[in-house]
Amino acid sequence: MELCEYTCWQLHDMLKRKEVSSREITESVIKRIEEVDERTNCYITKTFDVALQKSHQVDDKIRRGEEIHPLSGIPIAIKDNICTEGVRTTCGSRILLNFIPPYDATVVKRLKEKGAVFIGKTNMDEFAMGSSTETSYFGITRNPWNLETVPGGSSGGSAAAVAADQTILALGSDTGGSIRQPASMCGVIGLKPTYGRISRFGLIAYASSLDQIGPITKDVRDCTLLLNAISGYDEQDSTSVNREVPDYTKSLVEDLKGIKIGIPTEYFGKGLDKEVEEGVLDGVKLLCSLGAEAEETHLPHTDYAIASYYLIATSEASSNLARYDGVGYGYRGAEEDLIDMYKHTRSSGFGAEVKRRIMLGTYSLSSGYYDAYYLKALKVRTLIKQDFEEAFKKFDCLITPTSPTPAFYIGEKIDDPLTMYLQDIYTISTNLAGIPGISIPCGFSHDGLPIGLQILGPIFGEEKLLQIAYTFEQNTDYHQQKPKI
Amino acid sequence: MGITKEEVEYIARLARLEFDETEKEAFTHQLDKILEYVDKINELDTSHVQPSSHVIPLENVLREDNVKESLPRDLVLANAPKKERGYFKVPKVIE
Amino acid sequence: MDYEPVIGLEVHVQLATKTKLFCGCRTTFGAPPNSQTCPVCLGFPGVLPVLNKEVVELAILSAIALNCTINPYSRFSRKNYFYPDLPKAYQISQYDLPLAKDGWVEISSGGKIRKIGIIRVHLEEDAGKLIHEDSGSLVDYNRCGIPLIEIVSSPMLRSSQEAYEYLNALKDILRYLRVSDCNMEEGSLRCDANVSVREKDAEGFGTKTEVKNMNSFKAVKQALDYEISRQIDLLEKGRRVLQETRLWDERESRTHGMRTKEEAHDYRYFPEPDLVPLSINPEWVNKISKRLPELPKDRMNRFLKEYGLPEYDALVLTSSRDLADYYEECVRLYNQPKVISNWIMTELLALLKEDGIEITQVKIKPEHLISMLGLIDKGVISGKIAKDIIVHMFRTGKDPSLIVEEKGLVQITDEDEVSKVIDEVILENKKAVLEYKSGKTKVMGFLVGQVMKKTEGKANPQIVNKLLREKI
Repeated sequence: MELCEYTCWQLHDMLKRKEVSSREITESVIKRIEEVDERTNCYITKTFDVALQKSHQVDDKIRRGEEIHPLSGIPIAIKDNICTEGVRTTCGSRILLNFIPPYDATVVKRLKEKGAVFIGKTNMDEFAMGSSTETSYFGITRNPWNLETVPGGSSGGSAAAVAADQTILALGSDTGGSIRQPASMCGVIGLKPTYGRISRFGLIAYASSLDQIGPITKDVRDCTLLLNAISGYDEQDSTSVNREVPDYTKSLVEDLKGIKIGIPTEYFGKGLDKEVEEGVLDGVKLLCSLGAEAEETHLPHTDYAIASYYLIATSEASSNLARYDGVGYGYRGAEEDLIDMYKHTRSSGFGAEVKRRIMLGTYSLSSGYYDAYYLKALKVRTLIKQDFEEAFKKFDCLITPTSPTPAFYIGEKIDDPLTMYLQDIYTISTNLAGIPGISIPCGFSHDGLPIGLQILGPIFGEEKLLQIAYTFEQNTDYHQQKPKI
Repeated sequence: MGITKEEVEYIARLARLEFDETEKEAFTHQLDKILEYVDKINELDTSHVQPSSHVIPLENVLREDNVKESLPRDLVLANAPKKERGYFKVPKVIE
Repeated sequence: MDYEPVIGLEVHVQLATKTKLFCGCRTTFGAPPNSQTCPVCLGFPGVLPVLNKEVVELAILSAIALNCTINPYSRFSRKNYFYPDLPKAYQISQYDLPLAKDGWVEISSGGKIRKIGIIRVHLEEDAGKLIHEDSGSLVDYNRCGIPLIEIVSSPMLRSSQEAYEYLNALKDILRYLRVSDCNMEEGSLRCDANVSVREKDAEGFGTKTEVKNMNSFKAVKQALDYEISRQIDLLEKGRRVLQETRLWDERESRTHGMRTKEEAHDYRYFPEPDLVPLSINPEWVNKISKRLPELPKDRMNRFLKEYGLPEYDALVLTSSRDLADYYEECVRLYNQPKVISNWIMTELLALLKEDGIEITQVKIKPEHLISMLGLIDKGVISGKIAKDIIVHMFRTGKDPSLIVEEKGLVQITDEDEVSKVIDEVILENKKAVLEYKSGKTKVMGFLVGQVMKKTEGKANPQIVNKLLREKI
């Protein structure tokens, strides 16, 4: 077994016992990237020099007998919408092709302090707008389980890299499912924390009130380690919550006694793939056999979630992306005069999906439509949030499929925006309500593609989600299977 | 509701985007379909519902009036497509 | 036909904080271009605003002084438009829920006091500065993110003079609060005017124009006068006023229409998702109102009563908070309010005016001014010498006793010494002495003057008078 195939906690043990060095781990990951990235295209920018340098530092520390953090010396991949000082951060867009941030995102700063080894910046749908990682200016990322299929999106690069052992850990961002859905399609763990749990400072905004950074990992233990490292209040993000961060590794206990699981029927209707449905319901059965109780429940406004989401997300995006105007940084198009410069910059700097969403968002905020679209969507959001609050009065968690289907084929949905949007049907409400959700592998389709099970909890209910996910994982081996690439 | 090509042109102007005729047609069609879909939220009676701009109820997040060093000017301008004498430069703005 | 103008002013005032509205960059005026900027005020990707507490408190303080109601719940919104001075392509401002509303200020107009309504006071960030050159426009973002309050008056100003009075009233109040220096030249106060004219005593409003680009209160007055007569002229000729934005041209003393862009103003306001709402409870307002100083008018009335000053003196001394503070500090040290007022009003203010400086920059400490008055009381120096000494104090900031010593300005009170000089004067001015003896008592003044001249003004005038009379 190559070092790149291990989990973070396993490698940490080996580092502490001095069985391996961070340099060996880093080299193993680099070798793996060099072998397979040509086929998967997980990375936009590779930072091997920086990584090796950092691994030396950690090795020195170990040699001196100093204590090391569980993430010290462990390679991590960062989604390319998270700013890294001195390292190009593109958001998968031509418009930021050469943008080098003079600052680190707060999460990056926190990981650096802990000695994590930055291996590279991962591919993503342009500005995180997509569910397939097909809209990047830097090409399509392919799913390591089947190179003809998509890895999901928008954090497809991060999820595929973790699945293909091209990194040990990864960070993604989730606005409507962008961590969980690719995690599900790539057979790895993906957690979207409660809104405000993790600082958004340095995360290039898509939809500010929905965006959240989160871990993508090989197992639940790694997920808790990464979550511990990046969580907590940040005075640079007014929307981050000043609330104590528990030690999430304490949730790694196998215990489901008295756990009440709600199964929202709205998530098991039309459009759900049979194999996915079976996989998830089998997962629920397993949890019940381990001591949990499950019961059907309702989230009555689910049907309005996608509509509400696309109005809110695109409205915020239309404003967030207005700054890409060719003045201060990034790509600048031909410039006859000012208006020309704006139009050329933005028309050739952005891809089709981004432009579509900017148009939709601009429309929904524009005079005469605000009340019917944006404001209305915010009200529907309240109803969706209330649905969850009701459900969590009765249940500890809700279990649903993460995505209606396993990975689909490249090109299959790219020309039909609405069908693509419907991919997010099970993940989107979570962001609207601000609650946490985790996707864990719960089986495979007949053609060997991973299936994900999603566990949702109340605001700041990460601990219970992780406990349930951990218990599930301890009693299955889906997470240990590797794609043959 | 149905979006017209003229509206698409107006929205594109507001967003500083431009499209050729084919793109315009395609966008009008796609946006029309999307709007038809999202319009379903107007089925719901929300007359007694408060809008949620934020999902986590926070208020009064404030910082003290303490100076933080500014970014060195070479870094301020490092990413600028065009700069001159410490300024960002753009095509002439006519007022 | 008789017309009357209808004027409403939108005044932007820079709040006197150390740092910007949403980031820790300095707000110092006149720094090199783009030297007071950071990723937040430059609108770089991924950065987030964090609200400056002092800004909020200064804005609340202003709103209280402008008799506004503070909204218990307010929030920020984004105003979206593209312009190179606006790096995020949206301005963070307040829209549907401003900080405060429904206030007023008093102005005097034609000898009467009028209350001018204030519709709202809200917070917003300033934009950058553009410099236009032939080869293109240069952008400096130092101003970007500077905290402003926008004060919107109701359209009840009825003349350019009233607008001028209103601006002065605002400036006086805000400077008194020390929330802003209200310096129009440095851009810490800016004023846009909405102007229309209508038939006198008509109910409705005429079409209004928005006039911008005035950089002094005088310019506001001139621009309004120009615009009012331009509009009346149009109406008289049976033409109509176009709703537009017009720029004041200082050099040509006229307004001209801005080349209107096709774009409708569709700012697509929506609540700023990166900031959380402001909830201002009465306790907070109370705490801030403790920072509220006694306002000019109250202070003037107190000066009249407490110190028995003439109205003019009280008005002048309370025109600036720093001057009034200076005066009261002097009075605290030396309980002679009228004497102190005289010295400040006649000598000190003249010196300030001569040098064009403010009381805050003056080198004379209140305790030094008082010790100078003490020297007069003790007869060490004469009032006349004191007038020279105060000039030295003003230039050097030195203790008056030190100046007296250095320059040998101590008054001559030794009768023998004075007597000698008088003898000399009597000898040298026999004719005058004779005149005096023949009854021309006015000559006494001349003789005293001669003694003073010989002693370089140092002789005690009472003693000189006494001895002269004795000797002649």
